Amino acid sequence: MKIIVGGKFKDYPEGLRLSALIKQENVETPEYVTVALNDDFAEARTFDEIVLKEGDNVEFLYFMGGGGE
Amino acid sequence: MIVRLPAAEYDKLLAHAERGLPNEVCGLIAGDVRGDIKVVRRVYPLSNPDASPVHFSVDPQEQLAAVRDMRKNGFTPLGNFHSHPNTPARPSPEDIRLAYDPQASYLILSLAGQPALKAFHIERSRVTEESLEIV
Repeated sequence: MKIIVGGKFKDYPEGLRLSALIKQENVETPEYVTVALNDDFAEARTFDEIVLKEGDNVEFLYFMGGGGE
Repeated sequence: MIVRLPAAEYDKLLAHAERGLPNEVCGLIAGDVRGDIKVVRRVYPLSNPDASPVHFSVDPQEQLAAVRDMRKNGFTPLGNFHSHPNTPARPSPEDIRLAYDPQASYLILSLAGQPALKAFHIERSRVTEESLEIV
């Protein structure tokens, strides 16, 4: 199946779970990455339950924060 | 790595920071990578949900919208920026601890005195200042 990861079409086998995609894509420090699936944000506890389907659009967004103190 | 920032985009960043006082502001930068030069083509001012003079975070919804706009325009994500209203333009311990993206340039604008903008690479808690050109 074709899915969009970070704006690029990629081929992955049917039945791929979001947790497996995170590993396949070698996402660095995944515990600090927010995952957008189509127009929704996926909660980390659901990564292993979500089965991706043809045409899904996945974005990995690094948490950004900090401060002057 | 050199970060090249057009003066008009710097002005946009500075105006965003001044409007946000006394709180910190933040945003993203995007453009092109040409060899070892990151050429900024657009600054994306984002809101700071923390509404704090000493903390910031990026709203993921706004972050996603900005990333999609970058894609639409053919820009590469280059990094992010935030302001320090009362402290120098250098990464605080919290900035370093929360810098998770080794590909990003981290720009910090200090408003303590004359505005001062600096760029940093932060990876595994190691901070390296990058050359910043405002052109």
